[in-house]
Amino acid sequence: MIEEIGTTEAGELVINMGPQHPSTHGVLHLIITISGETIKKVEPHLGYIHRSIEKMCESLSYRQFIYVTSRMDYLSSHINNHGCALCVEKGMQIEVPPRAQVIRVLMDELTRLASHQLWWGAMAMDVGALTPFFHAFREREAINDIMEETCGARLTMNYMVPGGVMADLHPRFAERVKEFMRFFRSKMDEYDELVTNNVIFKSRMQGVGYLSRENAISYGCTGPTGRASGVSCDMRKIAPYEVYGRLAFNEILQTEGDCYARYLVRMAEMRQSLSIIDQLIDNIPEGDFQAKTKAVLKLPKGEFYSRVETARGEFGVYIISEGGTTPYRIKFRSPGFSNLSALDHMARGHKIGDLVAIMGTLDLVIPDIDR
Amino acid sequence: MISLADITAAINHWLYATLPGWAALLVEAVIVGIAAITLFAVLGLVLVFMERKVSAYMQVRLGPNRVGPGGTLQTLADTLKLAMKEGLTPDGADKFLFNLAPYVVIIAAMLILAPIAFAKGFQIWDLNIGILYVSAVSSLSVIGILMAGWASNNKYSLLGAMRSGAQIVSYELSAGISVVSIVILTGSLRISDIVASQQDGWWIFKGHIPALISFVIFIIAVTAETNRAPFDLAEAESELTAGFHTEYSGMKFALFFLAEYVNIFIVCAIAATLYLGGWMPLHIGHWAAFNHVMDYIPSSLWFWGKTFFLIFVIMWFRWTFPRLRIDQLLNLEWKYLLPISMVNLLLMALIAVEGWYL
Amino acid sequence: MSPEALRERLSNLTFEQGTEWPTATVTALDWRALAEEVRHTDGLEFDYLFCVTGVDWKTHFTVVYHLTSTAHRHILVVKVSADRSEPVVPTVSDIWRTAEFHEREVYDLFGIVFRGHPDLRRLFMTDDWNGWPLRKDYEDPVNMIKL
Repeated sequence: MIEEIGTTEAGELVINMGPQHPSTHGVLHLIITISGETIKKVEPHLGYIHRSIEKMCESLSYRQFIYVTSRMDYLSSHINNHGCALCVEKGMQIEVPPRAQVIRVLMDELTRLASHQLWWGAMAMDVGALTPFFHAFREREAINDIMEETCGARLTMNYMVPGGVMADLHPRFAERVKEFMRFFRSKMDEYDELVTNNVIFKSRMQGVGYLSRENAISYGCTGPTGRASGVSCDMRKIAPYEVYGRLAFNEILQTEGDCYARYLVRMAEMRQSLSIIDQLIDNIPEGDFQAKTKAVLKLPKGEFYSRVETARGEFGVYIISEGGTTPYRIKFRSPGFSNLSALDHMARGHKIGDLVAIMGTLDLVIPDIDR
Repeated sequence: MISLADITAAINHWLYATLPGWAALLVEAVIVGIAAITLFAVLGLVLVFMERKVSAYMQVRLGPNRVGPGGTLQTLADTLKLAMKEGLTPDGADKFLFNLAPYVVIIAAMLILAPIAFAKGFQIWDLNIGILYVSAVSSLSVIGILMAGWASNNKYSLLGAMRSGAQIVSYELSAGISVVSIVILTGSLRISDIVASQQDGWWIFKGHIPALISFVIFIIAVTAETNRAPFDLAEAESELTAGFHTEYSGMKFALFFLAEYVNIFIVCAIAATLYLGGWMPLHIGHWAAFNHVMDYIPSSLWFWGKTFFLIFVIMWFRWTFPRLRIDQLLNLEWKYLLPISMVNLLLMALIAVEGWYL
Repeated sequence: MSPEALRERLSNLTFEQGTEWPTATVTALDWRALAEEVRHTDGLEFDYLFCVTGVDWKTHFTVVYHLTSTAHRHILVVKVSADRSEPVVPTVSDIWRTAEFHEREVYDLFGIVFRGHPDLRRLFMTDDWNGWPLRKDYEDPVNMIKL
């Protein structure tokens, strides 16, 4: 796991962390320069799971390319697909029916909950509390079961299509979601008692990994990472898409910018997601779940960009089309890529144990970064 | 009812009657040795299984449930597996120290078994400085740990061993002072005296608040001494190294692993002896009828019940709390636990002198 | 600032017609000055660079910068064109720190050199990789399957 790979002049040690490592949540290779126990520099080496998705998409049709994004940030697969579908709809001026809009938002928020749950379990495990991992996965199982009934899959749910969703909701969807929310709300309070207010946990997370507001904006950190430093960057509020403009929910901002602030932002976001689902679950409009579109989609010549808010931050889909059935160039702006670039800045001067805590709060999913 | 003390007295009598003096002593030593090793082995098996089941139920899962009835033979299977594994010695390792280290740790653990009173009159060696002997011998295991870290020829093992060593040596102080505070109340270092003094109530009740504080500090200190979470930085899986036993495999690793669990048993046994009365049943002051009823439950059951309850509490800690960083760990000891325990000791001395305990 | 006001304010640039956000093309020589202007001028304050894309147009390269302001919430898209045979673009990694990684990515995939970048190395491909994978004329008989 750890090998010394060189010594610099000043008596510093250069060590490897990863690519296989229990704490890096994916194949992230960090080259850390340490002096004693203090970190001097962290350099991420990427590319271990680079599949050149962007090049691949140049030969896929506009219906096909949406689903490779599920494999990028696999914890927010619905939201990624949603971003792609929105971009294609923007290009082709497709109007999404109200039922489909509400279904999409519901699926997005459930995905956000599932992603934050996995983050929470893994974060607690990194810091040393080994039990929350199992509790988090129990909750995730419940959400995955609900998704499985409607979408047919539990991780890479290829459910969004340009124009709406692929199939209608399972008849018991609303009932199952309401049951899950009752169960989950009580668990959230338990988690707060067990982990959030735990003295040891707080002392590991407070004051660690400070990211100032200016640096957060300069490094392009979005999502909970940015919001914990006071940057208001929730795409659902800045440029509302689907029905987000009509919903009542708060954008959670903290100012401390340390690990504990990032933690609190995500915990509060889970509660906001519950509130959004609450507002929608009883008011799903009737109607079509998919707009009528042609079988083969052709975007007109031009450029289209859509921005959505995944569990990690702002996900952007940039399509440059020359009028054909396949895109000329697609660029996916992944949130993790920019969040990772701030890791060096945040980790300098801390101990190695703190590096693990900081990475945990950044919530990195490496396939999202490497594409 | 036949008590264990009666059985041992009978065996002793028979041996001295049939064999010459020195032979009887030798046979007794052999019997005790075999019994201690067997106890170790069985304890190791039972405690590992208990840990796996307790952790499983806390983590919403079942734990081992296939090997043997309800999974009870799981640890036996694991021990057989470990025994059959190849024991690798790293290239530049100091062979003698590398092989000696696990034995030092195990021997230190076994030596502490001697003064522990498992039941009424059932002690291997009731020496007059019982509790001091326990404190002293438990410090010897640090040598084994440092030996293991040094002899592995691995920078990170050495780092882990140093951290471990620093941690254990620091927390010895608080544990020692907590022990002393009970000795003040008892007036004797002898284990049988300590237990006997709890005839009319356990020290945790009789000693009021200072004894309670002392108990809490003792439990925290021994959790740190046995390298258990939340103080298990030296062997944390999600940190960079696996600690001083990284390079060990096969039977030697099994010995370290076993020694950790037996150490937990020992410290819980000491805690039970000092604060919860050891084998003494729950007596409340001079309520003769109640005490008489409590006496019907065999003393060995009291002892094992208390010890296993404390072991459960220590296991509970592991699966609940996150881990402390090394600097926070040492801060906790030197800046908080040590001053509190010293003040507590003064309080306890005041109480003992004034006779304010019941 | 509304898109019209933005176009007025930056009237020295040539904006494209019919795009969602004001889109302007500049040459590599003018990019640095424009970047500093949009970052530091009051009223503009484009402090958040959210996307850097390289595009291979077969005759030339374009690096597309999507900028927005956290204060004013306006969006500007700047396309910097570069020569196909020897593409060089000035770096903006000292203005927007996020550009460090993004420019490395564009360099890795297209071969566009960012002059002044503190650490221009390949990001995803291995250090000894030959060729620029996302170029339209990239051939790799071993690793690429043409559909």
